[in-house]
Amino acid sequence: MKHALSLKIGPATFRIGSAWRQPVEALAALYADYPAPSVEVADFTVRLEPAGPLRRWLRPSIFITGDHGLADAAPMSLSHGLLAAEMGMNLQMALGWRRHLLLHASSVEKDGRALVMTGESGSGKSTLAAQLGERGWRLMGDEFALLDLATGMVFPFPRLVSLKNRAIDVLAAEVREDRMGPLLAGTAKGDIRHLVPNGDAIRRMDKGAMPALLLFPRFGHQTDVRAVGQGEVFMRLTQASTNYVALGEPGFDALTHFVRNVPARAIDFSSGEEAIALVERLWEEPA
Amino acid sequence: MSAPLLVRSLRDPGSVATLDAQGWNALIAAARAERLIGTLAFRIGKRTVPGAVRPILDDARLDADREARQALWEADRAAEALAGLDMPVVLLKGTAYAAAGLRAGQGRFIGDLDILVPREAMDPVEQALLHAGWEWVKDDPYDDAYYRQWMHELPPMIHAGRDRMIDVHHTVLPLTARQTPDAAAMIADAVPITNELCMLSPEDRICHAAAHLLADGDLAGGLRNLWDIYCLLDGVDAAALDERAARHGLRPHVRQAKRLAAALYGKGARLTAWDRIVAARLLARDGWGRERRKLLRFAFYLRSHWLRMPPAMLARHLFTKWRKGHRPV
Repeated sequence: MKHALSLKIGPATFRIGSAWRQPVEALAALYADYPAPSVEVADFTVRLEPAGPLRRWLRPSIFITGDHGLADAAPMSLSHGLLAAEMGMNLQMALGWRRHLLLHASSVEKDGRALVMTGESGSGKSTLAAQLGERGWRLMGDEFALLDLATGMVFPFPRLVSLKNRAIDVLAAEVREDRMGPLLAGTAKGDIRHLVPNGDAIRRMDKGAMPALLLFPRFGHQTDVRAVGQGEVFMRLTQASTNYVALGEPGFDALTHFVRNVPARAIDFSSGEEAIALVERLWEEPA
Repeated sequence: MSAPLLVRSLRDPGSVATLDAQGWNALIAAARAERLIGTLAFRIGKRTVPGAVRPILDDARLDADREARQALWEADRAAEALAGLDMPVVLLKGTAYAAAGLRAGQGRFIGDLDILVPREAMDPVEQALLHAGWEWVKDDPYDDAYYRQWMHELPPMIHAGRDRMIDVHHTVLPLTARQTPDAAAMIADAVPITNELCMLSPEDRICHAAAHLLADGDLAGGLRNLWDIYCLLDGVDAAALDERAARHGLRPHVRQAKRLAAALYGKGARLTAWDRIVAARLLARDGWGRERRKLLRFAFYLRSHWLRMPPAMLARHLFTKWRKGHRPV
């Protein structure tokens, strides 16, 4: 395609092709500190194509596809090209990755052990992970946690953190301006700005960690901590995984092992500072 | 174009040894787009490939294994649902190849479950499937009526619990097509796979695949269908096949399919001008996995409708679909 770029994020490599210059330039700027892929054979191809015959020039809009695509994916405005590229990569992972059990979860690491947080969009898991990543934890990823089928370790997928709406200002106040991407106003999920993970997160993106705690965060409620039974954890994680069914028995075994060995809590909170204090407290508690 | 690279790699898997990273990217993208990545992985087997390629091929084989397992389970469920009807359930296409362990099934992507049943049994089959948890997909009355009146199959159904589609055929081409294959003979000569399931005879398998590729549809995904044909031809008596094709009114299609299969996947063949046009359509895929040759593809899209129905009916059909907002490209 006319404009192209290769990226390596955690264990996965992507070849991104675009009909327009802008999305590739935006990606190149924000992923500048990531190591270049050592081999150029990509696990996945992402394509950003014009959504119709005239849509390259006239009210340009992007159809996101690639090796794996959704026929009914909604086209996106070229001004949201960076988001389109990120969604394209997520789509390939969600539909095509088979080397780990993929959990729709954020994760951070401290002292060689990982904290995994899963929940719906808007639960606060992304923001919380990003904030912890600036407070002595290593950010492993805000979107997917990769559970190794053989060892039970969690591996990072530290793509750009996608900050939405109110979370934008929270993080923008904490990090250097050059780690923040452009403001993408009025996307399907509201305003979005991307955050480049810090140097530690990028340098150690191949290093896994044993999971030590699973949290189900929920933003916007009175502070509360509840135990969650293993049966419920299992069911919720099957729903949070995009490749659980595709992996078959090894996926079941890995998930069962995770559920049996990692303590789980549901936490409610009404502010970021509250959530951080809660996480630090639960992390220090003996399981 | 990278479809020719895909074809060459399937024909001669040893040739991948010369590929550089760009070549691999193009090959993998085309193979995924044509849904031949599992077949390619199977063909390449244990040959030495770059370190980054190996896990991609291993993943593709894993996916193909799962596809086959799911397909066989669907076939088993359908057989169970139809057991009371005392009639043969003939598996078609991918599920049949997988169930019988045919070479065409190795690494093959399998989408829907396709079965062939006698036309007079369509009503009880439909009732039995509905009773066993399958439900309608199409909610448009025009589409539903169109299927029932003119097509060779029931409107597609999906299983509510397992989310898998079933296509119930009573013959192998739409009723409006020029050719009228002898479906009763196909069912009568079907060969058993298990106690409950059977598949078409070796000659009929090729007739069906050739009809599907060349007398129906717009050749989208045709490289995979042609690979099926290439594999199915292995060991089939040419005279018996020709005779059988004539009986179904498919002799030109089967002969063309043989020429194309030999030209693309085998030892080569003399191609007619029309063969070359079809081959150009089949190979319209670039190194990013995109479809190219837009005009040629559109011409084949028009042809697929032309094959399917007489002109006045076609005009009415296209007008109805257009009013409902359907656009071809």
